[in-house]
Amino acid sequence: MSGEEWQFVGFTARMAVLGTLVMLPFGLALAWGLARGHWRGKALVETLVALPLVLPPVVTGLVLLRIFGRRGPVGHWLYSQLGLEVVFTWRAVVIALAVMSLPLFVLAARAAFEEVNPVFEQLARTLGAGEWRVFFTITLPLARRGVLGAALLAFARALGEFGATIVVAGNIPGQTTTLSVAIYQYVQLGEDGHAWALTAASAAMALLAVLGGTYLLRRK
Amino acid sequence: MSEGITASFAKRFPGGPPMRVEDLQTSGGAVVTVLFGASGAGKTTVLRCLAGLERPDEGMIRFGTEIWSDAAPGVFVAPRKRRVGFVPQEYALFPHLSVGRNIAYGLGGRGSQRGLALTEEDGRARVTETIRWLGLEGLEKRLPRELSGGQQQRVALARAVVTRPRLLLLDEPLSALDAPTRVRVRSELGHLLRQLGTPTLLVTHDRAEALALGDELVVMDAGRIVQRGSVREVFSRPSNVAVAGVVGVETVQPGHVLTAVDGLVTVAVADRKLVALAPELPPATAEVYVCVRAEDVILVKGEPGHSSPRNALPAVVRALTREGPMVRIDLDCGFPLAALLTRNACDEFALVPGDHVLALIKAPQLHLIPRST
Repeated sequence: MSGEEWQFVGFTARMAVLGTLVMLPFGLALAWGLARGHWRGKALVETLVALPLVLPPVVTGLVLLRIFGRRGPVGHWLYSQLGLEVVFTWRAVVIALAVMSLPLFVLAARAAFEEVNPVFEQLARTLGAGEWRVFFTITLPLARRGVLGAALLAFARALGEFGATIVVAGNIPGQTTTLSVAIYQYVQLGEDGHAWALTAASAAMALLAVLGGTYLLRRK
Repeated sequence: MSEGITASFAKRFPGGPPMRVEDLQTSGGAVVTVLFGASGAGKTTVLRCLAGLERPDEGMIRFGTEIWSDAAPGVFVAPRKRRVGFVPQEYALFPHLSVGRNIAYGLGGRGSQRGLALTEEDGRARVTETIRWLGLEGLEKRLPRELSGGQQQRVALARAVVTRPRLLLLDEPLSALDAPTRVRVRSELGHLLRQLGTPTLLVTHDRAEALALGDELVVMDAGRIVQRGSVREVFSRPSNVAVAGVVGVETVQPGHVLTAVDGLVTVAVADRKLVALAPELPPATAEVYVCVRAEDVILVKGEPGHSSPRNALPAVVRALTREGPMVRIDLDCGFPLAALLTRNACDEFALVPGDHVLALIKAPQLHLIPRST
């Protein structure tokens, strides 16, 4: 593989790791809330979280473009307060990957939390532990396999993301071009050799992540 | 000052009968109150409501002068603020933490340290002291799954008492153990609870457990409290047929072991000597409860001649009470003894109060339960 090809691979891996990390706090909170809580609007949140899974990724990208564009509600604030440009930068890649990998993570992590016997959490509370302590010393450690597996699946999903990324981050080689976008471009240009090399790299990474994820998610 | 529970509350479950507790009271001090009843009677729910893990739909739970739960104005004290020690049925030891960290859990975290005002050093000392007290030295590094059932039970107790709870709640503390272990751990637990001196509410459906561990007894049936009193009183004199059905009609008398040879134990009850077959009785047991189920007492009128049962007690009939198809006969044979006959048998005998009879009891049907004094 050429230097440029390696650059695509490295960049995509870095973006997928970052995207997963950005997604993690939101994903954990949602998975825990859906697994344990009884609250109004739970069904609505459940639906919203699952939405990126079924919407065309291009649509999700378009929504993100509106929100994070310089005139969008969040994008405007980021630009005027912090001077941060999001759209068509690597930051947009991270956000797109985070949003697109969230549903998969929440689905799997929620199942992992649901498998934790609530009696352990209740007992911790009788011993004086507050909710944060219960989560970090009991719930999360007991669900760690499942949560790690869910994170790996989310990472694998992020590696292959195409539709949302290209809409919100575009295709700027060296800045926003991810593996799948590069593959698409090579195919368009008729450079099948490059396309196949990247395909192999992409498949290898995805395979490893999914293997690891499903291994961890399998019940002991 | 010792404090106790005063509670009247109800808890409804979707698709099930409601659990309604009226006027539950426990004494403060070193008193073990046993909540007794068949499974499904609602005992565990009561315990969970007291621990704050369930929120009653109606009524009030008070501990001393503190209101823990009052449905009307919506008062509810979170479980972490109640300072109770809870030991659930399967112990629920944190499977990912070592024995030492399980025991120390209640001392960690900022919230609880505020409540306990304990330095880290004092906390460590207290953990060490508790581990020594319960004989768990050398097991600190083990994981719960590497322990025997009896050890797990002691770790659960250690974890609950290390915070010096104001009330100890034990849910079927021995049911997870196999039968031989249960008898041994039962007497251990009795000693530990007495040393500890924390007011305790213990749930069980096992009469031997209730007798061995309890001072006071609260009987529950179908989600309601049906009787309460001292353990001996309730078992010997159920207030009505429903209670009798739950506890079984039984004579419970304190006795003193005279000799024990090859599992044959001679016990003095009042001025009588009885022989019991009790190979499982721990050696060096001195004080016991002697239990006889009423249906195991055989009555003979006139001279006995020779009979095989080891215990033949001359007795006077004091009272006859009809209980459905059965008649309960209260006898005086130096101590009160209850017998249960079918109505037909009773009619044939033509028993009336004041009759002299002989009560026969086979040695294996005398149950001895160690009694802590």
